[in-house]
Amino acid sequence: MLQIDNLQARVADKPILKGLSLTINSGEIHAIMGPNGAGKSTLSYTLGGRPGYEVTGGSVMLEGQDLLEMEPHERAAAGLFLGFQYPVEIPGVSFVQFLREAANAQRKGRGEEPLSGGEFLKLAREKAGLLRMNMDMLKRPVNVGFSGGEKKRAEMVQMGILDPKLAILDETDSGLDIDALRIVGDGINTIMRAPNKAVLLITHYQRLLDYVKPDFVHVLAGGRIVKSGGPELALELEEQGYEAVAG
Amino acid sequence: MNMIQTLPTRKDEAFRYSDLDALARVWPVAHEEIQVVAGTGESRQVIEMGEGVVARHLVIRLEKQARLDLRILTAGPAFGRIAVDVELAEGADFMLGAAQLATGGETLEIVTEVTHAQPGATSRQVVRTVLGGHSTGTYLGRIAVARGADGTDAEQSVRAMLLDRTATANARPELEIFADDVKAAHGCAVGELDAQGLFYLQARGLTPPEAKRLMLQAFIAEAFTGAPGEEALSAAALARLEAIL
Repeated sequence: MLQIDNLQARVADKPILKGLSLTINSGEIHAIMGPNGAGKSTLSYTLGGRPGYEVTGGSVMLEGQDLLEMEPHERAAAGLFLGFQYPVEIPGVSFVQFLREAANAQRKGRGEEPLSGGEFLKLAREKAGLLRMNMDMLKRPVNVGFSGGEKKRAEMVQMGILDPKLAILDETDSGLDIDALRIVGDGINTIMRAPNKAVLLITHYQRLLDYVKPDFVHVLAGGRIVKSGGPELALELEEQGYEAVAG
Repeated sequence: MNMIQTLPTRKDEAFRYSDLDALARVWPVAHEEIQVVAGTGESRQVIEMGEGVVARHLVIRLEKQARLDLRILTAGPAFGRIAVDVELAEGADFMLGAAQLATGGETLEIVTEVTHAQPGATSRQVVRTVLGGHSTGTYLGRIAVARGADGTDAEQSVRAMLLDRTATANARPELEIFADDVKAAHGCAVGELDAQGLFYLQARGLTPPEAKRLMLQAFIAEAFTGAPGEEALSAAALARLEAIL
Protein backbone atom coordinates (compact mmCIF):
# COMPACT_ATOMS: atom_id res chain seq x y z
CA MET A 1 0.00 0.00 0.00
CA LEU A 2 2.48 2.64 1.22
CA GLN A 3 6.20 2.48 0.80
CA ILE A 4 8.32 5.24 2.34
CA ASP A 5 11.99 4.94 1.56
CA ASN A 6 14.68 7.10 3.16
CA LEU A 7 12.40 10.15 3.25
CA GLN A 8 14.06 13.45 4.04
CA ALA A 9 12.15 16.68 4.42
CA ARG A 10 12.67 20.13 5.79
CA VAL A 11 10.50 22.97 6.97
CA ALA A 12 11.75 26.55 6.63
CA ASP A 13 15.23 25.22 5.80
CA LYS A 14 15.34 23.13 8.93
CA PRO A 15 15.79 19.40 8.28
CA ILE A 16 13.12 17.47 10.21
CA LEU A 17 12.81 14.07 8.55
CA LYS A 18 16.23 12.50 8.18
CA GLY A 19 15.88 9.25 6.32
CA LEU A 20 12.57 7.74 7.37
CA SER A 21 11.62 4.37 5.96
CA LEU A 22 8.36 2.55 6.52
CA THR A 23 6.28 0.00 4.64
CA ILE A 24 2.56 -0.44 5.26
CA ASN A 25 0.72 -3.32 3.61
CA SER A 26 -2.99 -3.57 2.87
CA GLY A 27 -5.02 -4.65 5.88
CA GLU A 28 -2.50 -3.33 8.38
CA ILE A 29 -2.78 -0.71 11.07
CA HIS A 30 0.45 0.99 12.08
CA ALA A 31 1.07 3.41 14.91
CA ILE A 32 3.87 5.92 15.05
CA MET A 33 4.68 7.26 18.48
CA GLY A 34 7.31 9.70 19.52
CA PRO A 35 8.18 12.65 21.68
CA ASN A 36 7.40 16.25 20.79
CA GLY A 37 9.56 17.54 17.98
CA ALA A 38 10.36 14.07 16.63
CA GLY A 39 8.83 14.90 13.26
CA LYS A 40 5.41 13.22 13.60
CA SER A 41 3.33 16.08 12.22
CA THR A 42 5.96 16.86 9.61
CA LEU A 43 5.59 13.29 8.38
CA SER A 44 1.82 13.59 8.00
CA TYR A 45 1.97 17.00 6.31
CA THR A 46 4.77 15.88 4.00
CA LEU A 47 2.73 12.85 2.96
CA GLY A 48 -0.30 15.12 2.46
CA GLY A 49 1.70 17.54 0.31
CA ARG A 50 1.29 20.66 2.39
CA PRO A 51 3.09 23.69 0.93
CA GLY A 52 6.18 24.58 2.94
CA TYR A 53 7.14 20.97 3.63
CA GLU A 54 10.00 20.41 1.24
CA VAL A 55 11.13 16.93 0.34
CA THR A 56 14.90 16.84 -0.08
CA GLY A 57 15.39 13.12 -0.61
CA GLY A 58 13.86 9.67 -0.66
CA SER A 59 10.66 8.36 -2.17
CA VAL A 60 7.04 7.60 -1.24
CA MET A 61 4.91 5.23 -3.28
CA LEU A 62 1.17 4.75 -2.78
CA GLU A 63 0.02 1.59 -4.53
CA GLY A 64 2.84 1.90 -7.03
CA GLN A 65 2.21 5.60 -7.76
CA ASP A 66 4.76 8.25 -6.90
CA LEU A 67 2.97 10.18 -4.14
CA LEU A 68 5.49 13.02 -4.01
CA GLU A 69 4.81 13.91 -7.64
CA MET A 70 1.14 14.55 -6.91
CA GLU A 71 -0.72 17.68 -5.82
CA PRO A 72 -2.64 17.42 -2.53
CA HIS A 73 -5.99 16.90 -4.30
CA GLU A 74 -4.48 14.21 -6.52
CA ARG A 75 -3.23 12.40 -3.42
CA ALA A 76 -6.77 12.49 -2.05
CA ALA A 77 -8.15 11.11 -5.31
CA ALA A 78 -5.50 8.38 -5.19
CA GLY A 79 -6.99 7.25 -1.89
CA LEU A 80 -5.05 9.14 0.78
CA PHE A 81 -6.89 10.71 3.71
CA LEU A 82 -5.12 13.04 6.10
CA GLY A 83 -6.78 13.47 9.48
CA PHE A 84 -5.66 16.83 10.83
CA GLN A 85 -4.37 17.38 14.32
CA TYR A 86 -5.95 20.83 14.16
CA PRO A 87 -8.87 20.75 11.72
CA VAL A 88 -9.25 24.12 10.04
CA GLU A 89 -12.31 26.35 10.51
CA ILE A 90 -13.77 27.67 7.26
CA PRO A 91 -16.48 30.28 7.89
CA GLY A 92 -19.36 30.35 5.44
CA VAL A 93 -18.69 26.98 3.85
CA SER A 94 -20.99 24.23 5.12
CA PHE A 95 -19.68 20.71 5.71
CA VAL A 96 -22.39 19.27 3.51
CA GLN A 97 -21.57 21.53 0.58
CA PHE A 98 -17.83 21.08 0.91
CA LEU A 99 -17.93 17.31 1.43
CA ARG A 100 -20.22 16.74 -1.50
CA GLU A 101 -17.89 18.74 -3.72
CA ALA A 102 -14.88 16.93 -2.27
CA ALA A 103 -16.43 13.49 -2.73
CA ASN A 104 -17.45 14.30 -6.28
CA ALA A 105 -14.08 15.87 -7.11
CA GLN A 106 -12.43 12.63 -6.01
CA ARG A 107 -14.90 10.53 -7.95
CA LYS A 108 -14.28 12.66 -11.02
CA GLY A 109 -10.53 12.20 -10.53
CA ARG A 110 -11.13 8.44 -10.61
CA GLY A 111 -13.46 8.62 -13.62
CA GLU A 112 -16.60 7.78 -11.60
CA GLU A 113 -20.08 9.32 -11.79
CA PRO A 114 -20.84 12.11 -9.28
CA LEU A 115 -23.19 11.45 -6.36
CA SER A 116 -26.59 13.11 -6.54
CA GLY A 117 -27.72 15.36 -3.68
CA GLY A 118 -29.93 12.59 -2.30
CA GLU A 119 -27.28 9.90 -2.55
CA PHE A 120 -24.78 12.13 -0.85
CA LEU A 121 -27.07 13.03 2.05
CA LYS A 122 -27.88 9.37 2.65
CA LEU A 123 -24.17 8.56 2.79
CA ALA A 124 -23.43 11.53 5.05
CA ARG A 125 -26.26 10.60 7.44
CA GLU A 126 -25.00 7.04 7.70
CA LYS A 127 -21.41 8.10 8.48
CA ALA A 128 -22.50 10.84 10.88
CA GLY A 129 -24.57 8.21 12.71
CA LEU A 130 -21.50 6.00 12.99
CA LEU A 131 -19.69 8.79 14.82
CA ARG A 132 -22.87 9.72 16.75
CA MET A 133 -22.88 13.12 15.22
CA ASN A 134 -26.04 15.08 14.59
CA MET A 135 -26.67 15.68 10.91
CA ASP A 136 -27.53 19.31 11.77
CA MET A 137 -23.92 19.86 12.74
CA LEU A 138 -22.87 19.00 9.21
CA LYS A 139 -25.07 21.78 7.88
CA ARG A 140 -22.99 24.28 9.82
CA PRO A 141 -19.84 25.98 8.54
CA VAL A 142 -16.80 23.70 8.48
CA ASN A 143 -15.51 23.24 12.06
CA VAL A 144 -16.68 26.70 13.12
CA GLY A 145 -17.72 26.71 16.77
CA PHE A 146 -16.96 22.98 17.13
CA SER A 147 -15.24 21.78 20.29
CA GLY A 148 -11.93 19.96 19.93
CA GLY A 149 -13.69 16.61 20.25
CA GLU A 150 -16.39 17.52 17.74
CA LYS A 151 -13.75 18.54 15.22
CA LYS A 152 -12.07 15.16 15.53
CA ARG A 153 -15.35 13.32 15.16
CA ALA A 154 -16.14 15.44 12.13
CA GLU A 155 -12.78 14.41 10.67
CA MET A 156 -13.84 10.78 11.00
CA VAL A 157 -17.21 11.50 9.39
CA GLN A 158 -15.30 12.98 6.47
CA MET A 159 -13.11 9.90 6.33
CA GLY A 160 -16.21 7.72 6.24
CA ILE A 161 -17.72 9.69 3.39
CA LEU A 162 -14.54 9.91 1.33
CA ASP A 163 -13.78 6.21 1.87
CA PRO A 164 -9.97 6.33 1.45
CA LYS A 165 -7.57 3.42 1.00
CA LEU A 166 -5.00 4.83 3.38
CA ALA A 167 -5.73 7.07 6.34
CA ILE A 168 -2.97 8.99 8.09
CA LEU A 169 -4.43 10.20 11.35
CA ASP A 170 -2.36 12.86 13.09
CA GLU A 171 -3.15 12.91 16.81
CA THR A 172 -6.79 12.19 16.20
CA ASP A 173 -7.01 11.28 19.90
CA SER A 174 -5.97 14.69 21.21
CA GLY A 175 -8.83 16.72 22.63
CA LEU A 176 -11.08 13.68 23.10
CA ASP A 177 -12.68 12.67 26.37
CA ILE A 178 -13.05 8.97 27.24
CA ASP A 179 -16.46 8.54 25.59
CA ALA A 180 -15.46 10.39 22.43
CA LEU A 181 -12.26 8.35 22.28
CA ARG A 182 -14.28 5.14 22.18
CA ILE A 183 -16.63 6.53 19.52
CA VAL A 184 -13.74 7.69 17.36
CA GLY A 185 -11.88 4.39 17.90
CA ASP A 186 -14.97 2.42 16.86
CA GLY A 187 -15.34 4.70 13.86
CA ILE A 188 -11.80 4.09 12.70
CA ASN A 189 -12.28 0.33 13.06
CA THR A 190 -15.58 0.31 11.17
CA ILE A 191 -14.42 2.57 8.36
CA MET A 192 -10.84 1.48 7.88
CA ARG A 193 -10.32 -2.07 9.17
CA ALA A 194 -10.58 -3.96 5.90
CA PRO A 195 -8.28 -6.17 3.82
CA ASN A 196 -7.91 -3.51 1.11
CA LYS A 197 -7.28 -0.57 3.45
CA ALA A 198 -4.59 0.62 5.82
CA VAL A 199 -4.13 3.13 8.62
CA LEU A 200 -1.19 5.06 10.00
CA LEU A 201 -1.97 6.41 13.46
CA ILE A 202 0.27 9.16 14.74
CA THR A 203 -0.06 9.60 18.46
CA HIS A 204 1.60 10.58 21.70
CA TYR A 205 -0.27 8.17 23.87
CA GLN A 206 -1.19 4.56 24.19
CA ARG A 207 -4.85 5.26 25.00
CA LEU A 208 -6.21 5.35 21.41
CA LEU A 209 -4.43 2.06 20.78
CA ASP A 210 -6.67 0.42 23.39
CA TYR A 211 -9.53 0.91 20.94
CA VAL A 212 -7.70 0.67 17.62
CA LYS A 213 -5.31 -2.24 17.99
CA PRO A 214 -2.25 -1.69 15.83
CA ASP A 215 -0.44 -4.50 14.09
CA PHE A 216 2.83 -2.60 14.27
CA VAL A 217 4.17 0.17 16.47
CA HIS A 218 7.09 2.40 15.52
CA VAL A 219 9.04 4.93 17.51
CA LEU A 220 9.94 8.12 15.70
CA ALA A 221 12.80 10.15 17.12
CA GLY A 222 15.13 12.63 15.52
CA GLY A 223 13.38 12.36 12.17
CA ARG A 224 13.64 8.61 11.68
CA ILE A 225 12.14 5.36 12.90
CA VAL A 226 14.42 4.18 15.68
CA LYS A 227 12.49 1.15 16.83
CA SER A 228 9.66 -1.04 15.54
CA GLY A 229 7.67 -3.79 17.16
CA GLY A 230 4.22 -5.16 17.89
CA PRO A 231 1.49 -3.65 20.10
CA GLU A 232 3.56 -4.48 23.19
CA LEU A 233 6.01 -1.73 22.21
CA ALA A 234 3.36 0.91 22.86
CA LEU A 235 2.79 -0.44 26.38
CA GLU A 236 6.50 -0.50 26.99
CA LEU A 237 6.76 3.14 25.91
CA GLU A 238 3.86 4.12 28.13
CA GLU A 239 5.52 2.49 31.13
CA GLN A 240 9.12 3.44 30.62
CA GLY A 241 9.08 6.56 28.47
CA TYR A 242 10.63 7.28 25.11
CA GLU A 243 14.14 7.79 26.34
CA ALA A 244 14.39 4.45 28.08
CA VAL A 245 12.92 2.50 25.18
CA ALA A 246 14.32 4.35 22.19
CA GLY A 247 17.03 6.56 23.63
CA MET B 1 -30.79 69.27 -6.88
CA ASN B 2 -27.58 70.83 -8.06
CA MET B 3 -25.39 68.65 -10.19
CA ILE B 4 -21.68 69.21 -10.37
CA GLN B 5 -20.80 69.39 -14.03
CA THR B 6 -17.03 69.73 -13.87
CA LEU B 7 -15.14 66.47 -13.91
CA PRO B 8 -13.68 65.79 -10.46
CA THR B 9 -9.93 65.58 -9.94
CA ARG B 10 -7.86 63.36 -7.69
CA LYS B 11 -7.92 66.14 -5.14
CA ASP B 12 -11.55 65.30 -4.51
CA GLU B 13 -11.36 62.73 -1.74
CA ALA B 14 -14.30 60.80 -3.13
CA PHE B 15 -12.49 60.37 -6.46
CA ARG B 16 -9.00 59.84 -5.20
CA TYR B 17 -8.71 56.26 -6.47
CA SER B 18 -11.04 56.63 -9.43
CA ASP B 19 -10.24 56.00 -13.07
CA LEU B 20 -10.85 59.59 -14.19
CA ASP B 21 -10.29 58.90 -17.90
CA ALA B 22 -13.03 56.31 -17.79
CA LEU B 23 -15.23 58.50 -15.65
CA ALA B 24 -14.93 61.34 -18.17
CA ARG B 25 -16.76 59.18 -20.70
CA VAL B 26 -19.89 59.00 -18.57
CA TRP B 27 -19.69 62.32 -16.72
CA PRO B 28 -21.85 63.96 -15.49
CA VAL B 29 -23.62 61.21 -13.62
CA ALA B 30 -27.33 61.77 -13.11
CA HIS B 31 -28.71 61.31 -9.62
CA GLU B 32 -31.17 58.47 -9.21
CA GLU B 33 -33.50 59.50 -6.46
CA ILE B 34 -35.14 56.98 -4.19
CA GLN B 35 -37.54 57.99 -1.50
CA VAL B 36 -39.00 55.47 0.91
CA VAL B 37 -42.10 56.85 2.58
CA ALA B 38 -42.64 56.78 6.30
CA GLY B 39 -43.28 53.40 7.85
CA THR B 40 -42.79 51.36 4.68
CA GLY B 41 -40.07 48.99 3.55
CA GLU B 42 -38.46 48.40 0.17
CA SER B 43 -35.69 46.39 -1.34
CA ARG B 44 -33.58 47.33 -4.35
CA GLN B 45 -30.80 45.73 -6.29
CA VAL B 46 -28.11 47.32 -8.39
CA ILE B 47 -26.44 44.72 -10.58
CA GLU B 48 -23.77 45.79 -13.04
CA MET B 49 -22.26 42.86 -14.88
CA GLY B 50 -21.67 44.33 -18.32
CA GLU B 51 -18.25 45.27 -19.62
CA GLY B 52 -17.41 48.87 -20.29
CA VAL B 53 -17.83 51.90 -18.09
CA VAL B 54 -20.60 52.49 -15.62
CA ALA B 55 -21.12 55.15 -12.99
CA ARG B 56 -24.25 55.52 -10.92
CA HIS B 57 -25.22 57.79 -8.13
CA LEU B 58 -28.13 56.86 -5.90
CA VAL B 59 -29.57 59.54 -3.66
CA ILE B 60 -31.81 57.96 -1.08
CA ARG B 61 -34.08 59.46 1.53
CA LEU B 62 -35.63 57.28 4.18
CA GLU B 63 -38.51 58.91 5.96
CA LYS B 64 -39.49 58.13 9.56
CA GLN B 65 -39.47 54.40 10.30
CA ALA B 66 -38.80 53.60 6.63
CA ARG B 67 -36.64 50.62 5.69
CA LEU B 68 -34.49 49.97 2.66
CA ASP B 69 -32.55 46.82 1.84
CA LEU B 70 -30.10 47.70 -0.94
CA ARG B 71 -27.80 45.13 -2.55
CA ILE B 72 -25.11 45.91 -5.05
CA LEU B 73 -23.17 43.56 -7.27
CA THR B 74 -20.53 45.02 -9.57
CA ALA B 75 -18.67 42.37 -11.50
CA GLY B 76 -17.58 42.91 -15.06
CA PRO B 77 -17.15 46.60 -15.85
CA ALA B 78 -13.73 47.98 -16.80
CA PHE B 79 -14.68 50.89 -14.59
CA GLY B 80 -17.60 50.73 -12.21
CA ARG B 81 -18.49 53.34 -9.65
CA ILE B 82 -21.57 53.15 -7.50
CA ALA B 83 -22.12 56.13 -5.22
CA VAL B 84 -24.84 55.96 -2.61
CA ASP B 85 -25.98 58.90 -0.50
CA VAL B 86 -28.49 58.05 2.17
CA GLU B 87 -30.28 60.27 4.60
CA LEU B 88 -32.12 58.61 7.46
CA ALA B 89 -34.98 60.19 9.34
CA GLU B 90 -36.06 59.11 12.79
CA GLY B 91 -36.10 55.34 13.33
CA ALA B 92 -35.27 54.55 9.71
CA ASP B 93 -33.28 51.45 8.83
CA PHE B 94 -30.81 51.10 5.97
CA MET B 95 -29.08 47.90 4.96
CA LEU B 96 -26.42 47.84 2.28
CA GLY B 97 -24.84 44.59 1.12
CA ALA B 98 -22.36 45.06 -1.69
CA ALA B 99 -19.93 42.85 -3.54
CA GLN B 100 -17.50 43.88 -6.20
CA LEU B 101 -15.35 41.47 -8.21
CA ALA B 102 -12.59 42.67 -10.48
CA THR B 103 -9.72 41.29 -12.50
CA GLY B 104 -7.34 42.46 -15.23
CA GLY B 105 -6.98 46.21 -15.10
CA GLU B 106 -10.51 46.91 -13.87
CA THR B 107 -11.30 49.61 -11.34
CA LEU B 108 -14.39 49.27 -9.18
CA GLU B 109 -15.55 51.52 -6.40
CA ILE B 110 -18.33 51.91 -3.96
CA VAL B 111 -18.67 55.28 -2.30
CA THR B 112 -21.24 55.76 0.42
CA GLU B 113 -22.32 58.66 2.52
CA VAL B 114 -24.83 57.73 5.18
CA THR B 115 -26.31 60.56 7.17
CA HIS B 116 -28.17 59.85 10.37
CA ALA B 117 -30.12 63.09 10.44
CA GLN B 118 -32.53 62.18 13.23
CA PRO B 119 -32.55 59.96 16.33
CA GLY B 120 -32.92 56.21 16.52
CA ALA B 121 -32.00 55.23 12.97
CA THR B 122 -29.88 52.20 12.11
CA SER B 123 -27.58 51.58 9.19
CA ARG B 124 -25.55 48.53 8.32
CA GLN B 125 -23.08 48.20 5.48
CA VAL B 126 -21.41 44.95 4.45
CA VAL B 127 -18.98 45.31 1.56
CA ARG B 128 -16.95 42.44 0.12
CA THR B 129 -14.40 42.95 -2.63
CA VAL B 130 -12.46 40.29 -4.56
CA LEU B 131 -9.56 41.50 -6.67
CA GLY B 132 -7.30 39.67 -9.10
CA GLY B 133 -4.74 40.73 -11.69
CA HIS B 134 -3.90 44.42 -11.63
CA SER B 135 -7.39 45.49 -10.62
CA THR B 136 -8.26 48.13 -8.06
CA GLY B 137 -11.17 47.98 -5.66
CA THR B 138 -12.18 50.84 -3.45
CA TYR B 139 -14.67 51.44 -0.68
CA LEU B 140 -15.06 54.92 0.69
CA GLY B 141 -17.71 55.10 3.35
CA ARG B 142 -18.63 58.10 5.37
CA ILE B 143 -21.10 58.00 8.21
CA ALA B 144 -22.31 61.32 9.51
CA VAL B 145 -24.37 61.52 12.68
CA ALA B 146 -26.08 64.86 13.03
CA ARG B 147 -26.46 66.81 16.23
CA GLY B 148 -29.36 65.39 18.17
CA ALA B 149 -29.42 62.07 16.28
CA ASP B 150 -29.15 60.15 19.54
CA GLY B 151 -29.70 56.42 19.59
CA THR B 152 -27.98 56.05 16.24
CA ASP B 153 -26.66 52.58 15.46
CA ALA B 154 -24.28 52.51 12.49
CA GLU B 155 -22.14 49.62 11.38
CA GLN B 156 -19.63 49.08 8.59
CA SER B 157 -18.04 45.75 7.79
CA VAL B 158 -15.58 46.08 4.95
CA ARG B 159 -13.33 43.31 3.69
CA ALA B 160 -11.25 42.87 0.57
CA MET B 161 -9.53 39.75 -0.69
CA LEU B 162 -6.52 39.99 -2.95
CA LEU B 163 -6.03 37.04 -5.28
CA ASP B 164 -2.79 38.45 -6.67
CA ARG B 165 -0.15 40.63 -5.11
CA THR B 166 -0.55 43.01 -8.06
CA ALA B 167 -4.12 43.96 -7.15
CA THR B 168 -4.90 46.99 -5.00
CA ALA B 169 -7.58 47.47 -2.38
CA ASN B 170 -8.46 50.82 -0.85
CA ALA B 171 -10.81 51.04 2.08
CA ARG B 172 -11.62 54.10 4.07
CA PRO B 173 -14.40 54.07 6.59
CA GLU B 174 -15.04 57.50 8.12
CA LEU B 175 -17.15 58.61 11.04
CA GLU B 176 -18.32 62.08 11.80
CA ILE B 177 -20.34 62.19 14.98
CA PHE B 178 -22.11 65.17 16.47
CA ALA B 179 -24.53 63.33 18.76
CA ASP B 180 -23.96 61.86 22.21
CA ASP B 181 -25.61 58.49 22.39
CA VAL B 182 -24.25 56.72 19.33
CA LYS B 183 -23.25 53.16 18.58
CA ALA B 184 -20.89 53.06 15.64
CA ALA B 185 -18.80 50.05 14.72
CA HIS B 186 -16.54 49.50 11.83
CA GLY B 187 -14.35 46.64 10.79
CA CYS B 188 -12.03 46.85 7.87
CA ALA B 189 -9.60 44.25 6.55
CA VAL B 190 -7.62 43.49 3.43
CA GLY B 191 -6.20 40.02 3.11
CA GLU B 192 -5.43 36.95 1.11
CA LEU B 193 -7.18 33.59 1.17
CA ASP B 194 -6.27 31.55 4.24
CA ALA B 195 -3.52 29.15 3.14
CA GLN B 196 -4.41 26.61 5.84
CA GLY B 197 -8.03 26.56 4.73
CA LEU B 198 -7.01 26.08 1.11
CA PHE B 199 -4.74 23.16 2.00
CA TYR B 200 -7.47 21.59 4.12
CA LEU B 201 -9.94 21.68 1.22
CA GLN B 202 -7.34 20.37 -1.22
CA ALA B 203 -6.39 17.55 1.12
CA ARG B 204 -10.04 16.48 0.89
CA GLY B 205 -9.86 16.36 -2.89
CA LEU B 206 -10.78 19.80 -4.21
CA THR B 207 -8.53 21.18 -6.95
CA PRO B 208 -6.85 24.52 -6.13
CA PRO B 209 -9.35 26.55 -8.22
CA GLU B 210 -12.29 24.66 -6.65
CA ALA B 211 -10.95 25.31 -3.15
CA LYS B 212 -10.46 29.01 -3.88
CA ARG B 213 -13.87 29.29 -5.46
CA LEU B 214 -15.57 27.70 -2.46
CA MET B 215 -13.85 30.01 0.00
CA LEU B 216 -14.50 33.12 -2.07
CA GLN B 217 -18.12 32.13 -2.62
CA ALA B 218 -18.55 32.08 1.15
CA PHE B 219 -16.75 35.40 1.46
CA ILE B 220 -18.98 37.12 -1.09
CA ALA B 221 -22.14 35.52 0.29
CA GLU B 222 -21.75 37.61 3.44
CA ALA B 223 -22.81 40.65 1.40
CA PHE B 224 -26.04 38.99 0.32
CA THR B 225 -27.10 37.15 3.46
CA GLY B 226 -30.78 37.70 4.18
CA ALA B 227 -31.45 39.62 0.96
CA PRO B 228 -34.59 39.05 -1.05
CA GLY B 229 -33.17 37.30 -4.10
CA GLU B 230 -30.10 36.16 -2.19
CA GLU B 231 -29.68 33.04 -4.31
CA ALA B 232 -29.86 34.87 -7.63
CA LEU B 233 -27.30 37.42 -6.46
CA SER B 234 -24.95 34.70 -5.24
CA ALA B 235 -25.34 32.76 -8.48
CA ALA B 236 -24.54 35.84 -10.54
CA ALA B 237 -21.47 36.55 -8.41
CA LEU B 238 -20.37 32.93 -8.72
CA ALA B 239 -20.52 33.06 -12.52
CA ARG B 240 -18.14 36.01 -12.56
CA LEU B 241 -15.96 34.46 -9.89
CA GLU B 242 -15.46 31.35 -11.99
CA ALA B 243 -14.40 33.51 -14.91
CA ILE B 244 -11.88 35.34 -12.74
CA LEU B 245 -10.26 32.23 -11.26
